[in-house]
Amino acid sequence: MASGNFRTCPTTGFKIHIPAQTLIQTNAVTAIVFLLVGGILGLGMVLTRWQAVHLLNDEWFYRLLTLHGIAMLVAWIIFFEMAVLYFASAIVLSSRLAAPWAGWLQYVLMLGGAALTAVQILLGNADVMFTSYVPLQANHLYYLGIILFAVGAIVGCIVFFATLVVAKTEGTYKGSLPLVTFGAAAAAIIAIATLSHGAIVFIPTWLWAAGIIPMMDAEVYRLLFWGFGHSSQQINVCAMVSVWYLLGTLTVGAKPMNEKVCRTAFVFYILFINIASEHHLLTDPGLSAAHKTWNTGYFMHLAVLASMIHAFSIPGCIEVALRKKGYTRGAFEWLKKAPWGNPGFSALALSLFGFGFLGGITGVVYGTEQVNIIAHNNLRIPGHFHATVVAGTTLAFMGITYYVLPLIFRREVAFPGLAKLQPYIFGIAMYVVSVSMMFAGGFGVSRRSWDMNGVDGPFQVNFGPIVDMALAIMGIAGVVACIGGAMYCIIAVATLLIGKKIEA
Amino acid sequence: MSVTSPQPGWWNTPLHKEEKIWITIAFVWCILITLAMPAWHLFGTQNAASEYYKISTEDFGFLTDAFIEKYTVGEDSGVPVVAPPAGADIFLRGQQWGWDPVLKLKQGSTYRLHLSSVDVNHSMSLLPMNMNFKAVPGWDNVLTITPTSSGSFNLICNEFCGIGHHSMNGKIIVDS
Repeated sequence: MASGNFRTCPTTGFKIHIPAQTLIQTNAVTAIVFLLVGGILGLGMVLTRWQAVHLLNDEWFYRLLTLHGIAMLVAWIIFFEMAVLYFASAIVLSSRLAAPWAGWLQYVLMLGGAALTAVQILLGNADVMFTSYVPLQANHLYYLGIILFAVGAIVGCIVFFATLVVAKTEGTYKGSLPLVTFGAAAAAIIAIATLSHGAIVFIPTWLWAAGIIPMMDAEVYRLLFWGFGHSSQQINVCAMVSVWYLLGTLTVGAKPMNEKVCRTAFVFYILFINIASEHHLLTDPGLSAAHKTWNTGYFMHLAVLASMIHAFSIPGCIEVALRKKGYTRGAFEWLKKAPWGNPGFSALALSLFGFGFLGGITGVVYGTEQVNIIAHNNLRIPGHFHATVVAGTTLAFMGITYYVLPLIFRREVAFPGLAKLQPYIFGIAMYVVSVSMMFAGGFGVSRRSWDMNGVDGPFQVNFGPIVDMALAIMGIAGVVACIGGAMYCIIAVATLLIGKKIEA
Repeated sequence: MSVTSPQPGWWNTPLHKEEKIWITIAFVWCILITLAMPAWHLFGTQNAASEYYKISTEDFGFLTDAFIEKYTVGEDSGVPVVAPPAGADIFLRGQQWGWDPVLKLKQGSTYRLHLSSVDVNHSMSLLPMNMNFKAVPGWDNVLTITPTSSGSFNLICNEFCGIGHHSMNGKIIVDS
């Protein structure tokens, strides 16, 4: 490889492969564009579910809710994860990226797929929600778009693994993989397994929608879909936990307390999460109680154990690092003196708390067989996953952006004062959104419903003023969260356009 | 550092005492939650059904129509009201966009509720109890139920089933 293809990072000392850098930049910027789109749609969602405002009409609510799910859960997160994968392989290992052309293939397939799907939704050809359960049918191009996107993501994972091989054979690092790369590898392994489920479920569904083969059984679809739909969330968890460790190192110089424990926890994610996806089917016909208990309980709780390990290990390594800096007075001086004004650190702390306490605990509780009867498909569920993937994963990715901007885009973060506040506004508002959703869900308010009062139906449904209040709080906090998200997009875009250049 | 290779011999670094305690507590807690589920089947009173059959949507519609014809006692907002005898097999059909029939049940009597859909996925949500069960086309989800309180209860659908989803509701009446 020509040495002209590398630069040395003055802050970290990493040798940075320029084609890898360009791919990271492109994927990250595309991710942020989807976040912006999804955020605007999210505003429409909260302002419609806030019953007093009821902004959108029924048709557009459902249509844009479908797009909100695709833009956020699929496009924003997976594009950003591609950037994380290239960073954790080529940059962290100071290696060249294997086959940059394949990296571009990943990008083109994912962008083309996302665009095709989005257009089909906006044309009104796919009012089926993110889950697209059969026999509800979308235009076949909608499924094709998702398939192309998934194939692109698989290509990205292959480039990641190939880069690990290149780094090993070319000797760019000695000994074992760094923890961040190890965590990213766990994410990529789960991604391959998960996206294969996606192929198994979406290819026949696509052919069915195109009129070529008969429909698969509705319950079989649900089983296969969740092998894709929930396991893919474990890609996010692994990527997010890796980013947590990375932020711990970048913000306070934290060093994993025990590498064996951290890595074993990542392996637990790989081994035990896939089967646990069946917790979506706890109130379904077609599976016995023994089956449901076994697959939601034993295996899922070993994956939960992995999260419990990280929940100790990450604050622990931060405490150790801060105590080493001399903050040793009392039990909590380290916590008081932590760099709360650094958006990377505050994003890490808020993400950790939101994911673990709000998202993780509710996930475990709602996922137990009997409790699921009072949680299935009501607002408790979006309350749970807005804590995990928004207050958790999205906020962690926002936090790492404040380091990616200077390190990879080589620009100083614009509006540093705004950046200091951004994680607090976004994170705390998302906590409130999540908790108010869970609260309303406790009264049985359905998710994915344009109106909860039975309008146009044969009977009137009344939830009472306390639920109206919960949804109003959700609406107000949702608007604040959108402002926090907009701040992030503005800071990122302004940094790229007018941020002061950092000379290497 | 999490971005550099660990020291050689990292696998053999012993665990710190606090970390050991934490992991042990977490593991025990995980096991307890797991055991709570089978324990509830033995000692609890409310569990999800695990009785189910495959049935074509046509057959399920046919059985529901026969059930309605046999036990209809009136009509409520255009939906037939059905009063089956205690212990009967009762049918609840989800379709775009409504639950039918309205079931008129007796408090304290036990019924076998057959829940399914004749078009797309639906999910029955009983309010204000907030109990939720899936209605999947092609599958008969059989719930053995005993109403423990009387009054009028709403049914809504909580699985997206098309643009009219929010208008899909129904009713169960329980006489004391």
